[in-house]
Amino acid sequence: MAGFNKVVSSYEEAMQGLEDGMTVIAGGFGLCGIPEGLIAQIKKMQTRELTFVSNNCGVDDFGLGLLLQDKQIKKMISSYVGENAEFERQFLSGELEVELTPQGTLAEKMRAGGAGIPAFYTATGYGTPVAEGKESREFNGRHYILEESITGDFAIIRAWKADKTGNLVYRDTAMNFNPMAATAGKITVVEVEEIVEVGELKPTEIHTPGIYVDRVIQGSFEKRIERLTLAKS
Amino acid sequence: MALTREQIAKRVAQELKDGYYVNLGIGIPTLVANYVPDGIEVMLQSENGLLGMGPYPTEDQVDADMINAGKETVTAIKGASIFSSAESFAMIRGGHVDLTVLGAFEVDQQGNIASYMIPGKLVKGMGGAMDLVAGAQNIVVTMTHADKHGNSKLLESCTLPLTGVDCIRKVVTDLAVMEIRNGAFYLIERAPGVSVDEIKEKTAGNLIIEGDIPEMEF
Repeated sequence: MAGFNKVVSSYEEAMQGLEDGMTVIAGGFGLCGIPEGLIAQIKKMQTRELTFVSNNCGVDDFGLGLLLQDKQIKKMISSYVGENAEFERQFLSGELEVELTPQGTLAEKMRAGGAGIPAFYTATGYGTPVAEGKESREFNGRHYILEESITGDFAIIRAWKADKTGNLVYRDTAMNFNPMAATAGKITVVEVEEIVEVGELKPTEIHTPGIYVDRVIQGSFEKRIERLTLAKS
Repeated sequence: MALTREQIAKRVAQELKDGYYVNLGIGIPTLVANYVPDGIEVMLQSENGLLGMGPYPTEDQVDADMINAGKETVTAIKGASIFSSAESFAMIRGGHVDLTVLGAFEVDQQGNIASYMIPGKLVKGMGGAMDLVAGAQNIVVTMTHADKHGNSKLLESCTLPLTGVDCIRKVVTDLAVMEIRNGAFYLIERAPGVSVDEIKEKTAGNLIIEGDIPEMEF
């Protein structure tokens, strides 16, 4: 790799260094904005005992659900799961550990992790099962619980465009968790729809600066729709 | 007569005010968008990162990268903005959303809500509900007054694991509109043709009835 050129040419290279037992932070909301090719590569590598931090866990035959097929995931840290039968089966049989985390807290855990903040107080979850075993404190008459931030050995994300130095732009609501996930990986790998030349992206338009990004790969995406809803004609 | 889902949504829509930023949950709350009163402009927030959510797309407009928090394909209105999940929940947690409407399994007279977990059944997760109830200044819960076995969902104390504590101030059911304050449900309106006695009978928590209770108007 020369200078700031982050572009890699194969999925093998993109996921090089991923090992059994690692923690992977994944961008995406439902099936929207997920790094499809990187997930496929992890399936191909058959890496096991992985902890995934991701808002959801895909469906049976798409997204992170693909990694459940061969039981590659040991633990999921998510806000909403169970859109897939295999997930349910593994969870109920105790093969898969699940740590349910409120969606906003999950986003903030990634953001804080990437920003070097080890923990933060939030009112979310106070007085609920989420607060069990956590410190709580009162500020200005309101109760808050202490939530620890999250970092991962890898972050796998999807962006719309990247320049060769890893500056990223996301497309529409495919942004979701991707910007925070990008900051929270020791190695951040981005799969993009289009790689452009340095200088093509306007500095003020960049959503994720390249400093957070280690590897960029050109992907091709199925972009499956989870719930097609149409206007009544 | 108990209200239909559409009628509940229509009644909730009367809580909307001009210039409100509103987050609508899945189910009946989503229907509220169909009944925004004339002359009022509201902006819908979807917690996956969209402010200014528009209607469902036509076939030509469908875009896999444009979804709402229910993972349904949507459009954005003119003037919409799109942002990250962290930004979205900063808006929610920071109290910038004017009104949140969401469903529940149970609400109690202390303003506690249980909406995400029934022990013994598969727990799918709270999604953004815990953040929404912790952050919004103004939350309306929509649900049926009783479950399908006739058990009241308006309780002295919630029996299911909580989504949030002391946060619900208003409930719109198929039978009534109630406010929660001073540790009690105050009956404000009743569904057309539904008697105060029926509401009383189906409310397990402390129900306060002051004076004549008007029927809802649509």
